[in-house]
This record gives sequence, C-alpha cells and structure tokens, in this order.
Amino acid sequence: MTEPNKGNSLLAVDIGTLNTRAAYFDVIEGAYRCIGTGQSPTTSNAPVSNAMIGVQLAIENLQNFIGKSLMDVEGHLIIPSQADGLGVDCMVTSFSLGPTLKALTVGLLSEVSLKSIDKLVQTTYASVADRFTLNDSRSPSEQVDEILRLKPDLILIAGGIDGGSTSFIEKMLEIIGLGVFLLPEAERPAVLFAGNNQLQEKIRAVLKNVNISPNIRPTLEIEDLAPAQNQLAGIVSTIRQKQMPELDEVRMLSGGFFEPSSYAQGRMVRFLSSYFGSGQGVLSIDIGASNLSMGASFGGDLHLNVFTQLGLGEPMRDLLSQTTLEEIMRWLSLDIPPETVLAYLYQKSILPGFIPATKVELAIEQAVVRQNLQLATRWMIDRLPANLRSSNGLLPSFEPILASGAAITGAANPGQKLMLLLDGLQPAGITTFAIDQNNLLAMLGVAAEVNSVVPVQALDSGALTYLATVISPVSDVDYGTPIVRAKLIRDDGTEMSSEIQMGNLQILPLGARQTARLQLRPLKNADVGLGPGRAGEVDVNGSSIGIVIDARGRPLRLPPDQVKRRALLQKWIATLGD
Amino acid sequence: MLAPFTHILPLASVIRRRMLPSDGRIRVKIGQRVKATDVLAETVISRKHILLDVAQGLRVSSRQAMPLIQFKKGQKVNADQVIAETSGLFAREVRSPVSGRVVVIGGGKLVLETGVSLFELLAGVPGIVTEIIGERGVVLRASGSLIQGLWGNGQLETGVMMSVIDRPDEGFDPNRLDVSIRNSIILGGILDNPAVIKNAIDLPVRGLIVASLAPALLPLVAQASFPVMAIEGFGRKPMNSIAFKLLSTSVRREVTLNAASYDRMKGDRPEVFIPLPVTQQPPELHEVDTFLPKQTVRVMSLTGPTRIGTLIKLSSTLTMLSNGLRAKTAEVQLESGEQIVVPLTNLDVLG
Repeated sequence: MTEPNKGNSLLAVDIGTLNTRAAYFDVIEGAYRCIGTGQSPTTSNAPVSNAMIGVQLAIENLQNFIGKSLMDVEGHLIIPSQADGLGVDCMVTSFSLGPTLKALTVGLLSEVSLKSIDKLVQTTYASVADRFTLNDSRSPSEQVDEILRLKPDLILIAGGIDGGSTSFIEKMLEIIGLGVFLLPEAERPAVLFAGNNQLQEKIRAVLKNVNISPNIRPTLEIEDLAPAQNQLAGIVSTIRQKQMPELDEVRMLSGGFFEPSSYAQGRMVRFLSSYFGSGQGVLSIDIGASNLSMGASFGGDLHLNVFTQLGLGEPMRDLLSQTTLEEIMRWLSLDIPPETVLAYLYQKSILPGFIPATKVELAIEQAVVRQNLQLATRWMIDRLPANLRSSNGLLPSFEPILASGAAITGAANPGQKLMLLLDGLQPAGITTFAIDQNNLLAMLGVAAEVNSVVPVQALDSGALTYLATVISPVSDVDYGTPIVRAKLIRDDGTEMSSEIQMGNLQILPLGARQTARLQLRPLKNADVGLGPGRAGEVDVNGSSIGIVIDARGRPLRLPPDQVKRRALLQKWIATLGD
Repeated sequence: MLAPFTHILPLASVIRRRMLPSDGRIRVKIGQRVKATDVLAETVISRKHILLDVAQGLRVSSRQAMPLIQFKKGQKVNADQVIAETSGLFAREVRSPVSGRVVVIGGGKLVLETGVSLFELLAGVPGIVTEIIGERGVVLRASGSLIQGLWGNGQLETGVMMSVIDRPDEGFDPNRLDVSIRNSIILGGILDNPAVIKNAIDLPVRGLIVASLAPALLPLVAQASFPVMAIEGFGRKPMNSIAFKLLSTSVRREVTLNAASYDRMKGDRPEVFIPLPVTQQPPELHEVDTFLPKQTVRVMSLTGPTRIGTLIKLSSTLTMLSNGLRAKTAEVQLESGEQIVVPLTNLDVLG
C-alpha cells in the first residue's frame, strides 16, 4: 500500500439524530479515497447531553479501524497531522441533530412570495408554525401576541418584487420588530429577510442582527432560493450552536466548515448532476429518524426538500395526520392486525433508535418507509417548477438515484433495498440506483468547500455502492399484455432475450463486474424512457441483483383484496431476492 | 456502547433539576422541604398586548405624537384613561381601551400589556431544595422508590395508590373502578377499553398507572384532567415483573405520579415516586454506563411484550437477526431461563 501523502488527510464527521459517523479520507496512489469509517450513537440527549462525546467515540472507532491515531491521549484531535503520521490535516462537519425548528413565515401573497418563503423553510430542519400574509384577519396586537406565544426559532420574511410596493412589508416589520423586542433576549428568533431589495436599509433600522439575502422573488416569474438557502444554512448552524454549546468546539475544530447535512448533501447532488452529465436529473434521498430529505438537481439547479414530518423516529407519532393506516398497511406482505401497526407507530416515536427485531416489526417498518417515500415523492413533484414535471405526474427521469439512511442501507439484502426504493419512488424509464452505505454524501458536500477534488476522487474510488439498473416502462395497456422485448448482449458474447408483460417484475441476470449492451424494443407504444414507442440500447453494469425490468405499472396499483395483495408483494420480494 | 437507563428501584436518592422555560421568580429557598405539587417557581408565558397608534388617533405625525404621550414605559394605565391629547379648537384625545402596563413607546405608538398567564413550575417529587439555579430553576433531592415509564400525558398528581390488578398481564377492567377507590391513583393493567377512561373521569380518580395503552384511546385520555402513565408504552404489553412487584407491594401508600412527557433531549420521563423515610441517604441514581455482562436489562419490543433478563454476553461483531437485519447484539437470559439474542438498541439497563 502506498504511504498517504502528508498534508492531504481529511476527517469528515456527520452528527445525526441517532448516530454520529466519522470518515477518514487520504490520498492513495495519487487520488483521494475513503480509508475507513467509524460510528457511535449521538450523545446530545440526556443524560450525556454533549454531542462532542459521540464525536470522540466515532473518531475512536475510526482510529481502531484505520489503525492510526487522530487524537492525543486526552482525546483532543491532532490538527494538522504530525511528522510521525499522527493526526489529520483538516476536519469538516455536517449535522442533522436537534429538534425541528419552528418557523414563522411572512409574505405578501400566499401564491407568490409566501409560497417561495415556505419552500425555503422546507429546505432545512424546520417546519412552518404560522404565516402572516396580506390577507391575515388578525389585528397587529394579535400578531404580536402570536409571536410571543409561538416563540419561533426563525422568522423568514419575503414579499414584494424588487422595486415594487413596500407598504405591507413595512407594516409587518413593525409588528415583527415589536414581537421580537418583547421576547426575552435569550429567546429571540433569528430573522432572515429575503424580499424587496429596496427595504434592506429599513430592515436594518428596525431589526437588530437581521440576516439579509437577495430577494427570493425578484420578479413575479423568477424564484431564486439559492442565496437565501445559503444564508439559512448558516443561521441553522448558529441556532444549533446556541441550543448545544458544545458544537462550538466542533465548529472550531472544523475551521468553520460546519453545515446542515441536508444543505451539504444538496451541494453534492448539484455537483453530481454536472459530474455525471447524463442530461437527466440526479436524485438523492436520505431517510433518517427525524426527517426524510430529497435533493433533486437538474443541470446544476437544486431542488431540496426536507420533510420533517416523515422521519422514522419521533415524527411517526403524527404520521397519520399525513396519511392513513390503510395506505401504510397496503404495503404489508404479512398479515398483521391494524392495532399492531398503530401501536408500532406510537411505540417507535418514543423509542426512535429501535431496530426491528422480528419479521413482523421489519414488515411494518418497511411499509412505513415505502409510504413515506411515496408521500415525499408526491410532495417533491408538486414543488418542482412546471418545466421539470412530467405530463403524467410521475417521477421525472433521474440518473442516478442515490439512497442513504439506515432503513435502506441496513436492509437485509440488495434486493430488499431496491424493492423499498422501487415501491416508494416508482421511477419511470431507465434509472441506476446506488447506495450511500456510510452517509458519505453530506460529509463530502462539506469537504467540497475545503477541497473540491476530494468528492470527485472519493466517488471515483467507489464511495457509493452500485445497486442495480432498472428499466421501468410506462404503458396503459391491460395487465398481461407484452410491452417490451429486451435483449441483453453480454461482453462475453452470451445473449439473453425476454418479452416482458405489463404487470411483471423481471430480472435479466448480469453478475457484478459484468457489463452488457441492453436492447429495448417497446410494444404497444410503451415508453421505456426513450419516448413513447421508441426503441434503443444502453450500456449496463451487472450487480448481485442483475438488470431489473419493472413493468408493474406507473403508478403502481395494488390489488384491493388483502390476500391477493400480500401474495403479490411476496412474489415481487422473492423476485428481487428475499 | 453507552447504555440507556430506566430506573425501577425500591430505594434511591433522586436528584431532580426543575427548570422554567424562561427566567422567572423562584419561590423556594435552599433547605426548604416541598410537596410534589408545590410551586417552586413561576414565569410569564403568554401575554396579551394592545398596540395603540397614538399618532393616527391624534391625526399628527409620529414625531409630533411622541411628546403628547402622557405615560412612560412601565407605568400602569386604567381603562378609558387619556393616553395622549392635543389642545386647541379641534382637540383630540386617545384613551386606553383597557387597563394595562405600558411596555413600549416609540414611533408615535404605544404598546400596553394587558394580561399575563403564569407558568408554575411544580416540584414533581416531594423533597428538599438543594440548589437554586439563578432565576431559572431549582434542584431537589428526595429519597424513595422510583418507577419510570415510557409514556405520560404531561400531568402530575399525588395520592394514595390502589390496585385493580392481580397479575402484570391483566387487562384493565372498567368495572373495578368503584367508589371504594375514588380519589386514588389507580394501578391498572393493559388499557384498551374506553370505558376505563370514562369511568375514571366520572368517579373521579387522581391518576392511572397502566401497563400499556392502546393508541386509539389517546383522544379520550386527552380529556382526562389527571395523570396517566404507561410503563411499557403503547400496545397490549404486560407490565414488566420488577415494576409490577414494586408497585403492587406499595398499595395504599401515598405516591406521586408525574406523568411527564418523554423528552429525550432534557431527559424528562414519566415516573412514579413513592417517598420513604430514611435514616441514611441511599445511593444516587446511576445515569450513564456502558452495557456490561450481569446487568439486569429490559428487552423492549414494538409489537410483543417487554421482557426482563440478565445480560450474558456482548457480541464483538454484527449478528444476523431472524429477519435478516444485522446489528450489534447481546445475549440475554430471560427470567424464564430462555436465552435470546437482542440488538443493543432494543435494550435498556434497569437500575
């Protein structure tokens, strides 16, 4: 093994709600590689109440794995690395821990600026607790009282196109200024103004310590969230440090490279959409205990969504305000009474770190994962600009789709991981799935700020695990009708042909490290991702699963009869490898 | 791996740090003995405000209005009292619509604070005040039995505990709630019958300690003005044997049921505290440790019963579970003698 170059090593830490991960990157044979990872439970909750302990434990586990000391005997990180090889040259940190932040949004019109500012909230670990708009029926006194009652962590103000009317926002500024002033100093929220640029001076005069970003709606037609998103990421970091003072030390060790994981992951997805250059979008999903985040990037344009109501821990308690028990239960491949499923949701909300230990518990957990992915997909599509939405309301074409989060990466086998993603996301056309087994994307997203070469070379060296290539034809013919003829021509010269019927899930065997040319000939005007009725061929890589043709229909319609539905779900699971 | 603790102890020194949501007034002194329902401190949590646009009312500019306002910040104003007025032929005045206190004056406007709601910080356990934390909180020390649960409805009460169950796996029979146990804190079993809540409200009782709770009953439980605590959480789970033994042998004693909501960040948990007279301070609660062989552990389940056992061995590598998942595990010998493999995330240490 080549000795790592001095001066290049990087330690990346991700502090999640339940787990803290540490990854060590160094240059091997001229390129950055992930040398190893370590993990520990996050320790921000009582009785430890110090996230730094979890960071130290994760680094200790990493040290044991890579056989190199990064900390001194007292547990202090050695930065930069020493002549004897001890230590590391720099550190970066991403985080997703902490309670969901309460946001108050202010905008002129609910369909314009308020919609944009709400979208901005949904790019981070926050939820909208109340909204003030032009049509608000409350008196100014009642609005002041609402600020005092709500005690928001964040107030986000938009409104007015650049150069437009300022009177409403000026009036709101007085109310917000008053409400903030009346709160005890330690409880005052962070305020971000992202509206009419003519008001910036006035804002500074009314509100102390206000954050100002360029207008998110400079004109009625243009929405530009990116600069405000950047500001918001910084604000969220500051709020977390206020809530957990030990994070000051983490930030200091990280030389200021300390960012919300969703924001860092978004940066990586945006980068990857240029890097892969597939002409399609890149989608990343991360399912955690406190939220489900989805980042979609098209040609460097990022659409980030953090669904704090869809986490697999505490948010499960309120999941039935977003969906129904029947919708969750339709994904169960086992016969489980509804009372058991309901009790599971509530019990998991008080025991978020619990690992399903039986087949029944796993079936319920994975039914929730499928349903949450479905909800998130639907909501994400609704929030995309019209030009990026497909006319049939299906998931736009993504290549690749990257998945992280223990509920997926920890599934029993690759087939189970893919099945969760196919049922939950229901992609259309040709898609490659990859797994971010060690939640590296967010860490690499922050690392990119320090050294843009790290993510490129780390990804090239296999930081992500390829899962499978999936072809999902779209057609409205009856079940049982042939819709695609596929021919797989392997590089070793062997061939395989198959005719796929509507409603079927089929595997074309192609082992790991094998490559092939896949010819696709749609029938009955089906769309395999090349346009309705258009034939074509693509190069594909094999995996332990093979090449998957998912002709089960889009959207997927499950039989209403419970027995038939369970049998069909079991058959599909068996097809991909139970 | 750090092990979470659940305290089910016949005798311990309990230290409780009680904090206001914001700075306020502390009402106790160090060394003072308090009851569980005593108020330790209070703070204002919500206020009503009236924003009066004096300039508009007087039809003058904001700048002109300022010297006309006859009150200063902090002063009390009575309803209908003149706040500001102009003189001359077309004199105008602005009167206060309500009684209140001036909290802000500026820009030709005045803000009155008209009503306050107080948050009262209750002791939660009967004990002695050992520390005052600025204007924010109080530390208490108490000695007695402690039984922690998994879910609580956020309410607190003290009373004599009576039992309506003979076994830990019994259902809570609504017919056993009769006048003989009126105004008591009731030790019940598995709560899945809405009639229990209705009868408990009608009787009334001072609180319910149940083994587990059907989630479908939560809207009904929300109507109860007394504390409800589920020791094992949700579903149809029998009470663990250690908690059952300790509670059922404490019947007719005065207990404090603090059915606090489970707050993982702060460490607040629902608990039953049974004060006991002591001549010597018992040991303090053990809060942090790693998993170790010989520990008494609770094996939690999301769908099945909770079980008690002894940790035998920790696995050094990931173990494959019966459902195919891989996890760090421990071998646990259950009370029945059966030996099982459990993910560490599904265990907590009893002690």
